[in-house]
Amino acid sequence: MGKKLAITGNQALAEAMKQINPDVCAAYPITPSTEIMQRFASFVSDGVVDTELVTVESEHSAMSACIGASAAGGRVMTATSSQGLALMWEMLHIASGMRLPIAMTLVNRALSAPINIHGDHSDGMGSRDCGWIQLYSENAQEAYDNIFQAVRIAEHEDVRLPAMVCMDGFIISHSIESMEFLPDEVIRDFIGEFKPKYPLLDIDKPVTYGPLVLTDFYIEFKKAQHEAINKAKKVTLEVAREFEKISGRSYGLFEPYRLEDADIAIVLLNSAAGTAKDVVDAFRDKGIRVGLLKPRLFRPFPYEEVAEALSNAKVICVFDRADSFGGFGPMYMEIASAMMASGSSPLMVNKIYGLGGRDFMPEDAAAVIKELTEILDTGKTGILKEYIGVRE
Amino acid sequence: MKLKGWKELEIGAIIPEAGNAEQYNTGSWRASRPQWIEENCIQCLFCWIYCPDSSVTVKDGKRGEFDYGHCKGCGVCAHECPGKKGKKAIVMVEEGN
Amino acid sequence: MSTPLRLKELSKKEDLLTGGHRMCAGCGAPIAVRQVLLAADVPLVAANATGCLEVSTTIYPYSAWKIPWIHSAFENAAATISGVEAMYKALKKKGKIDRKIKFIAFGGDGGTYDIGLQSLSGAMERGHDMVYICYDNGAYMNTGIQRSSATPFGANTTTCPAGRVIHGKPQKRKNLTRIMAAHDIPYVAQTTPAHWHDLMTKVRKALEVDGPAFINILAPCNRGWRTPTNNAIELCRIAADTCFWPLYEYENGRLTVNYKPKEKKPVTEFLKTQGRFKHLFSPDSKNLLKQAQENTDHEWDKLLREAACRAEEAETTEQGK
Repeated sequence: MGKKLAITGNQALAEAMKQINPDVCAAYPITPSTEIMQRFASFVSDGVVDTELVTVESEHSAMSACIGASAAGGRVMTATSSQGLALMWEMLHIASGMRLPIAMTLVNRALSAPINIHGDHSDGMGSRDCGWIQLYSENAQEAYDNIFQAVRIAEHEDVRLPAMVCMDGFIISHSIESMEFLPDEVIRDFIGEFKPKYPLLDIDKPVTYGPLVLTDFYIEFKKAQHEAINKAKKVTLEVAREFEKISGRSYGLFEPYRLEDADIAIVLLNSAAGTAKDVVDAFRDKGIRVGLLKPRLFRPFPYEEVAEALSNAKVICVFDRADSFGGFGPMYMEIASAMMASGSSPLMVNKIYGLGGRDFMPEDAAAVIKELTEILDTGKTGILKEYIGVRE
Repeated sequence: MKLKGWKELEIGAIIPEAGNAEQYNTGSWRASRPQWIEENCIQCLFCWIYCPDSSVTVKDGKRGEFDYGHCKGCGVCAHECPGKKGKKAIVMVEEGN
Repeated sequence: MSTPLRLKELSKKEDLLTGGHRMCAGCGAPIAVRQVLLAADVPLVAANATGCLEVSTTIYPYSAWKIPWIHSAFENAAATISGVEAMYKALKKKGKIDRKIKFIAFGGDGGTYDIGLQSLSGAMERGHDMVYICYDNGAYMNTGIQRSSATPFGANTTTCPAGRVIHGKPQKRKNLTRIMAAHDIPYVAQTTPAHWHDLMTKVRKALEVDGPAFINILAPCNRGWRTPTNNAIELCRIAADTCFWPLYEYENGRLTVNYKPKEKKPVTEFLKTQGRFKHLFSPDSKNLLKQAQENTDHEWDKLLREAACRAEEAETTEQGK
């Protein structure tokens, strides 16, 4: 198909942006996503892309400028992590409330305090309520493939919402992996022309964006947003089918791994899922029926499909690389809701792992799966939510 | 007036009918109303340029009647009116009289 | 063809801010905005910070704006319009747009001097082709008259009330216009809607600049200033006559003080007209009034000296050529 390269996640995403060639990009540096914009900036300086790059003075201004540019009527992209995403939090809601199809790479990094530059999902999870479509990626290949699909999903007539593609900071963004690039023309055809809706720059048809909406209309607009993001599920599958035709790689709402007859299921997101798959295989070799579910589309969350995939599991452990302090981990809450809504009642536990870039090793997964086999035998869960890999 | 349901509303709360605030009556705010006394008017158009509510109608460079559908009775026009020979071309009278 | 700056000719233009908005009766802000829009002879796209102007002109489903207009948040009118302008440049380069369009950001003193200062400074520094218009009413009026860094010394606001121990705002006003001049952008000016010809001339100069421009416009608020609804324009004139709000412009390094009152009136002439300064006229507040006069004189003298200094510099440079 395309050419194979050994490349880091950040470099791959910069290349993807080059192939998409957005009209405007407004961005601010932050570790570990900085390199995407740096590399892209060199494309701009060399005239290899047509993008107007606005090197804003903060991430809040980055998203503000993206909103202005998108409303003006063109394709807009950006990238950030952690504190940067946190700083633009109010603007994320505004972008989705205004139904602007901005595409962003989120290189997942822990949130301060304490300040930590390494990979965990607290930034992505912390913004799960903001109305953006969220796609998570296990490795650089998935992130690269996901960003093109994200652009298509976001801009779809039934959706028109901003989308973020997540990949683990440092673990994926900075490590080299062998992956396949698609040819420029193939991507150009796949992405297609941007179709503006109510562009500000159409001065013959002046429009007002961002009015004050009082108690008489606000909830109607939120209902419309709710309906639109739910449509993104179907669109994600349609776009994935199209993408398979050009790449040979198939994507769904999530990746089920040896799940069909699994008594025990583990749910993991991003790179740790890759680590865990090997451990699942090891247990399978010993005759333990364990499987893994790796979510891909996190918002909108595909509750029915996930519950269906996990319906045979009697014990489920959800691993969260983020926490909602005082509650369960964010992904646990989604999975538990899915099982509850479907009428299943498996035994469920929640493990918080890998915060601040703490390595998730095969033996960590193995220890948990062993614990799950005991839960399966005894029918007793013990501690429901636990931090693993922590020194006492 | 029946309000639109979520399906009929524009995407993202965009207002495509630019300037439709013209349909909104702010004249009901008035406690006093400006009265134009044409014989004292020198057509300086200060009232027009200083009106916060675009409520002084003008045609072919000359002012006409007030737009009482929008005039809030602030009195800026009357205050700024130079009038003719010491007599104002705009006076404020109590609304409802 | 530019419409001559004569009221008769200007009156033939369409008002791009319609009546039917919900700004207070007698508010200075819409007077200023109407004049800004009438002055422009080029299509405009505007961004607007959260505040009185934004909220009161666009209560869904009504909008008083006949130009393309976007409000996104409070602190980022400059950043938002930067994005619009960047998209314009991008699409123009690709031949998808060929018309000339100019970009304006409106913000109150709240969204400009304080929370909006960062994004304003950033946009000015990056050199976007835009005009930032601040309508300065001296407080966060929309949320109920709270102090901003633009609030004058001694003013009574709800967050620096004139009480027994503290007598209104203890700090001087921040001079944002000169902070903007320090950015070395091509055009910076200060004006009022009472001086409509001055305002419109300045708006045109700002729009003609290929790059960033900033204009600060005094916009009396009869609610916050505790004044009657009918004297916003008169107050602007007194503000200029007392040198509380001087009219000046920086054009490519040169500073011109456009109006030097023949007889500089004491600042009390301005303060005594407004309820927010009422407490300064009590017998034991004489030192506060004195301070207010000193603040005004200090700023005015600084301005005159700078103008003279820049003129001298320019002459030296000319002679050196």
